[in-house]
Order: sequence, then C-alpha cells, then structure tokens
Amino acid sequence: MLVKKRFLFIILDVEEYNMAEKKTSRFERVEMPKQPPYIRRRNFAEVALGYTPEMAVKEAKRCIDCKKPVCIDGCPVEIDIPGFIRCIAAEDFSGSIKILKEKNCLPAVCGRVCPQEEQCEIKCILGKKGTPVAIGRLERFAAEWEASQGKIELPEIKLNTGKKVLVIGSGPAGITVAGDLILAGHDVTMVEALHEPGGVLTYGIPEFRLPGKVVSREINYLQQLGVKLVCNYVVGKTRSLKKILEEYDAVFLGTGAGLPWFMEIPGENLNGVYSANEYLTRVNLMRGFEYPKSYTPVKRHKRVAVVGGGNVAMDCARTALRLGAEEVYIVYRRSQQELPARLEEFENAEEEGVIFHFLTLPEKLIGDENGWLKEIECSRMKLGEPDQSGRRRPIRIDGSEFIMPMDACIVAIGNSPNPIIPQTTPELEVSKNGTIVVDESTGKTSLDRVWAGGDIVTGAATVILAMGAGRISARSMHAYLSTI
Amino acid sequence: MFEIVERKMIVPNLHLLVVHAPDVVEEIQPGQFVIVHAGEGSERIPLSAADWDHETGTLSIVFMEVGTSTGRLALLEPGDAIPTVVGPLGKPTEIDHFGTVICIGGCFGMGSIFPVVRALKEKGNKVITIMEGRSKNLLYWEEKLARYSDRVIKLTRDGSYGYKGHIKKGDDIIRETGIKPNRVIANGCMTLSYKTTQEYAHFDVPVMVTLNTIMIDGTGMCGVCRCTVNGEMKFACVDGPEFDGRLVDWEELAKRRQQYVGEEAFLVHHSGCGGI
Ligand SMILES: Cc1cc2nc3c(=O)[nH]c(=O)nc-3n(C[C@H](O)[C@H](O)[C@H](O)COP(=O)(O)OP(=O)(O)OC[C@H]3O[C@@H](n4cnc5c(N)ncnc54)[C@H](O)[C@@H]3O)c2cc1C
Ligand SMILES: Cc1cc2nc3c(=O)[nH]c(=O)nc-3n(C[C@H](O)[C@H](O)[C@H](O)COP(=O)(O)OP(=O)(O)OC[C@H]3O[C@@H](n4cnc5c(N)ncnc54)[C@H](O)[C@@H]3O)c2cc1C
Ligand code: SF4
Ligand code: FES
Repeated sequence: MLVKKRFLFIILDVEEYNMAEKKTSRFERVEMPKQPPYIRRRNFAEVALGYTPEMAVKEAKRCIDCKKPVCIDGCPVEIDIPGFIRCIAAEDFSGSIKILKEKNCLPAVCGRVCPQEEQCEIKCILGKKGTPVAIGRLERFAAEWEASQGKIELPEIKLNTGKKVLVIGSGPAGITVAGDLILAGHDVTMVEALHEPGGVLTYGIPEFRLPGKVVSREINYLQQLGVKLVCNYVVGKTRSLKKILEEYDAVFLGTGAGLPWFMEIPGENLNGVYSANEYLTRVNLMRGFEYPKSYTPVKRHKRVAVVGGGNVAMDCARTALRLGAEEVYIVYRRSQQELPARLEEFENAEEEGVIFHFLTLPEKLIGDENGWLKEIECSRMKLGEPDQSGRRRPIRIDGSEFIMPMDACIVAIGNSPNPIIPQTTPELEVSKNGTIVVDESTGKTSLDRVWAGGDIVTGAATVILAMGAGRISARSMHAYLSTI
Repeated sequence: MFEIVERKMIVPNLHLLVVHAPDVVEEIQPGQFVIVHAGEGSERIPLSAADWDHETGTLSIVFMEVGTSTGRLALLEPGDAIPTVVGPLGKPTEIDHFGTVICIGGCFGMGSIFPVVRALKEKGNKVITIMEGRSKNLLYWEEKLARYSDRVIKLTRDGSYGYKGHIKKGDDIIRETGIKPNRVIANGCMTLSYKTTQEYAHFDVPVMVTLNTIMIDGTGMCGVCRCTVNGEMKFACVDGPEFDGRLVDWEELAKRRQQYVGEEAFLVHHSGCGGI
C-alpha cells in the first residue's frame, strides 16, 4: 500500500517538475513543485517537494547580487543572503551551506517555515518588477543538499572549558543556545519536558509542512557535537531552578509559549472541543495519524471548525482534512487582509478545500445530551477603527447570529508562556502577561546566571526570532562563562 | 530508559510497579503523579506516586489494569525498562497541621493515599484512614497505612472484612464517634471521589479529591485535562490534580472522561492484527 503511494508521487513529481521548468523568466521565480491539492489533502507527506539542483541554480542566477543587499536587513539573523545565493548560482552548494550556517543553525527548518514574504523576500529589489528571489526555497535547497550528501561535516570544537551549561527546553531557542555554546567549548546539557525534543517543531508544526526527520537530523547533529540531551525532565517539577543553579554555571530558559488560550464562551469543555495544541500534539507528537498503529487515539470528525487565523489555525485545518474530514472551516473574526497566517499557508489551505468564514465570531458552543459538540452559534462582524495592533477592530453586528452544525471545534487563538518555571521560581521577574522579563541586548533575566529567550520572553512569535534571541543569550552567556 | 525493579499483582487486577527513577523522586511530594509510557509508541498515561525511596531512587506506583497501556505495564518484569517516567507532576497535596484528617483510599488510591497519610501524621495530625473495596481480597497495604494512622476503618461492600458498606458507611461510623474532621482527603476512582464529596460535604470542611481526567503532556500544554472548578476552567495537571470536590462540576467531568471510550475499546479488540 505504502509502496504504491510513493510510486504515484514519483510520477506526479516528474510532471510537476516539467511544468515548473517551462514558465520562468528573469522576473518570475522558478516554481517549487508541490503535491497537487487533491492528493496531498489526504496524506501527511510533505506538501512542498523542494527544488532540484537545476531549479535552484536557475533561481539563484536571478539574484542580481545588489551592491547594497537590502534583503539582509530583513533577516532577523542577518544571513549573508547574496553570498549563499551566489554560491548556489556557481554550483558550489557546500560553500552555500557554510555561509548559511554561519548565521543560522537550522536552515532546513527556516527554509521551510520562516515568513520570508514579510522578512527578506519583501525587501528584495526584484520584487519591484516581478517576484522576489525565492530566498527561502534556496535556503531549504542548500540544507537538503547537505543532508543528501550523507556525511555532515562536524566543525572543530575548541578546548573544553569545563563550564557547565543547562539549556531548558529543546525548541529553536534552546537548540540555538546549545549549538553555539557547545561550539564555544562548554559542557552543555539540554533538558526537555516531553519525551521527544524539538519543541513546537516536533509537537506543533505538522509533518506535511516540516517532516519530523528534518528536526531529528538537527538534534542528532547537536548530539554529535557533544550536547547531552535529557528528555522527560520538567524543570520546576523534577528539580527546582534554584537547585539546578547549584550544579550549573549558567542556565538558559527556552520553555516556549505552551499554555493554550480558550475563548471563554459557553460550551468550551464539551467533548469534541480541542485546543490547537491538543489536536496537533495527538497527531504529531503522539503520531495519532498512524492510529491504531500508534496507541494514542485521535477522532476522525466529519465537520470541523477551526477558530483563529494564524499558522496554527491553518495547520489544524489542514490536519483535520488529512484525517478525513468532509468539511473543514476556518472561523476568523477579522477579514482576509488581517489574516496573520503566512500567505503561502493560506493559499495551501484554500487549495486543499478549507472553507473560510471571515468576519465571524463564535459565541456559543452547543452540545448534545451526551456532552458532545453539536453546533456552534456565531455572529457576523464588521471592521471598525484600527486597534493597538494596527489592525481594524472587529465589531459584532447585532442580530446576525447563525448556527453551524459541527462535530468538532479546534481553538487556535493563541498561547501564553509556559508558567511552570515562573510559578516555581518566585524570584524570577515576569511581566503581567507571564512572559519572562529580560535585558534585550543580552537576554539576561532578573536572576543571576539565568538567561531566557524565544516565545517565553516574547509570547508566541516565530522560529527565527526564537533563534535570534537564543543567539543573543548565547553570546552573553559565553562572555560571562569566559570570565569565571 | 527507566528500569523496572519490581512488578507484581498485589490484589486481583491491581499491580505494584517499582521503577528506578532517581530524578523523579528527588523532590517528590505526596499527591503528585508521574506520566509514563508503557512502551515505545504507547499513550502517555498519568499514575500517582504511592511511595518512594530516596536512597535507592525508586518510585512505587499502584495501578489497575484497565486498558492497553496499563495492560502493557502489567506484563513488565524486573530488569525490563520503560521509555518515559516524567514528574513529579501536579501540585502536591496541601500538608499542614489541620487537626483531624480523614484519608480515604479506594482501588489504586489505597496506595497513593499512603504518602499523604504519612506526611499528615508526621505533621502531627490525627489521621483516620478509610480503606474501601468490594471484598476482602481487594484491600492491601493495611499494615503500612496503620503505621501512620490513628485508626484504620475497613469497608467492604460484601462485608467480608471490616464493616459492610460503601463510602457512606464510613461517614456513619465517624458520625457515631462524634469526631469532627478538619479535612477530608480521598484518592481513587471517579466514583469514589464523587461519592466522598456527596457523603462528606456535610462536615463543612474541604473534601480534597484527585480528579482522574484524561491527560497527554501533564505540563499545561494541551488542555485536555481541563475541568470546571468553582465556575472556572482549570487544568488538572498543573492546577490540580487535587481540588475541593464540593466545587467540581462532576457532570461535565464524567462526560469528558468518556471521550475515547469507543476508541479504547476498539483498540483492545483489534490489537495484534495490525490495524486497518
Ligand atoms: C502549530 C504551530 C505552527 C507554527 N508555524 C510557524 C511557522 O510557520 N513559522 C514560524 O516562524 N513560526 C511558527 N510557529 C511559531 C514557532 O514554532 C515558535 O515561535 C517557536 O517554536 C518558539 O521557539 P521556542 O524555542 O521559544 O519554544 P518552543 O518551540 O515552544 O519550545 C519550548 C520547549 O520547552 C519545553 N519546556 C517547557 N517548559 C519546560 C520545563 N519546565 N522544563 C523542561 N522543558 C520545558 C517544551 O516542552 C518545549 O518543547 C508555529 C507555532 C505553532 C504552535
Ligand atoms: C492524576 C491522575 C492520577 C492517576 N493515578 C492512577 C494510579 O495511581 N493508578 C491507576 O491505576 N490509575 C491512575 N489514574 C488513571 C489512569 O491514568 C488510567 O487508568 C489510565 O490512563 C488508563 O490507561 P489504559 O491505556 O490502560 O486504558 P485505556 O485503554 O486508555 O482506557 C481504558 C478505559 O479507561 C478509560 N480511561 C482512559 N483514560 C482514563 C483516565 N485518565 N482516567 C480514567 N479512566 C480513563 C477509558 O475511557 C476506557 O474506558 C490516574 C489518573 C490521573 C489523571
Ligand atoms: S535583494 Fe534580492 S536580488 Fe538583491 S541581493 Fe538580495 S536576494 Fe539578491
Ligand atoms: S495534560 Fe495537557 S494540559 Fe494537562
């Protein structure tokens, strides 16, 4: 069965590749082949298939190697973008990955999930006349090329300093700190509460957008460098931060924004109502999509409403389709213009058949006699004046209530910082939103020898920002460790 | 991996599991639980701590074989290992000098109430422990509990040991003695927790019960363990698992726990055939 499916992909791949070949000019980017919507909406394999070397070289040659490369300004970690693209254009793929890795330790991840369209690519000069250089796709290509070579070069590690560092949380922030500090010669241990490392990259972002093997490759790399990984360890519960500080010279908190928000409307505890985290965790971390081959059950609902408009909402909706749902809705209270999800993910979701209800607000979840969700009562909204976030504020239209029959509702309206460490460490300064307060230029917290970064500091943000924050902390931690 | 030191059936269907988990027991307190993986790919299931030993770094759990994961646990032998034992999770039971405390254990709760009883006694409380089971052969750890209790009341539904009756009988006995408890704490299945709340609420003191919600991560990340307490949404894994039963929305809790009944039954019947 599995073999047959693979075979089908291969044939489609070739067709898609050929099609992509045809329609490019200097001002148009080389399209990246994707699984066609009618097929991918029912499988968990990766949607975007990546460039071939020929495509990558062709796309790279579009870059005009600007004197003042504005794209770099858009990159939160300031990758030498024209530099790595130039290497690809010259077919020096190993040179290109070297340049990428100078600034970004997770290019295979960022090439896939970074919002390039609002960071580097939006700045690209070619965007003014046509489409910007596909920087993200090229980044992904270089990383995949390296992985396909089988042997990943391990950089030389300086002398062991004997200084002990504990990195708490194994998401992108923690991975960055662990990587930087091990290379600086420190003794690094990374602990993770769950049974698998990777943070949101593992439990949240679905397989079809970021395959698990990409993340485990990066974790393996860290372990090869000498990082000790301990899963099933909840700091604040297994051991208090205070005790940990007796044993380690420096500690980094990268515990993420893992506490799901609910809407606080009636009926939210009905069966069939999930937080996005629960739904995605069941499917990704617990591999529910293989159930009953895996052990954690996941319901295969027929009609599913996902509340929210970010990447998380798109991921839930597309996961529900892949689990066999007949109708999947995104219910979002503002309009398409305000949708926070990446454009690419919105388009992917739409192509796959997700139905969008914009300007719609759930008011009440209504259950049957057994406590299962039966229908959702919603109101229509209109947009008023801009609020603090600069987006126009949604206003309820009175009397516009209507009912949608629904088997499941997934609440994807955001997450707060994970509270376990702040709750068990009263000395640690937190903001009223529960984020840890740090000095922005160093990542230092109010506690001596403790740094923090990523979603735990900013609230739910992005992979690259978490990595950027990790890098800032790592630099400051290294400076400190060098003095003791 | 976490090595199994001992696994034996102590009474029909209830097993004692002793596992080597030195990190977990380092700071553990009464009322906390762990999440375990019975084997590769298993569900993550919550189980309460029934005892521990700091010297050997071992944790004891009493579990009831009810489904797939507990079924896998029941097959473990000393020397085997399981991939996950994470914890201690949840808020510890509040231990203080309350005065007189009634501690009730049923089913696996006769085990998990033990650390609570011990800690309360060490704090100088008068502890009355009630053990509840269907029949004599389902009661265990009487001696252990008696060591830290001022009185142990045994209840069996068929009257084969101690007093005949369910949890209500315990209340009758306490009332006859004229004792006024300052707190009631119950560990065990949902029915026991619910009935204890019903029968002991008249004392007008907190009736602390452990809520056995469905859980996944146990760190407040997924929200599947949410329940309504005093009209507010709580996550049992981080805000609990112990709550004052008088404030719990029991009807909702009962329904939420039924969410996967269909799937779990399906799985038990189909395990081994490779699935569909
Ligand atoms: C479904 C989904 C889709 C997303 N899509 C995108 C996208 O397309 N592009 C993008 O840029 N961003 C995306 N994001 C956001 C991005 O994933 C996060 O901003 C990023 O992962 C934050 O990294 P972090 O290292 O700060 O924390 P996390 O990735 O959250 O990792 C924190 C880790 O710490 C662990 N932890 C928590 N508490 C403790 C403790 N006490 N002890 C030990 N360990 C602990 C957690 O279990 C977790 O593994 C998405 C997020 C989600 C949920
Ligand atoms: C904080 C906490 C502490 C617990 N402590 C213990 C303990 O010390 N000893 C012990 O034996 N059990 C304890 N439980 C209950 C235990 O977690 C469940 O019995 C276990 O998850 C069942 O797993 P299974 O795979 O064997 O059964 P499944 O195949 O998952 O289910 C079998 C049956 O049990 C029901 N069920 C599923 N999940 C739960 C659940 N979380 N609670 C109750 N019923 C459930 C199913 O609906 C089904 O009818 C505790 C639960 C919680 C939340
Ligand atoms: S802005 Fe565009 S064209 Fe200019 S260097 Fe960057 S990627 Fe190349
Ligand atoms: S078990 Fe996931 S939040 Fe409680």
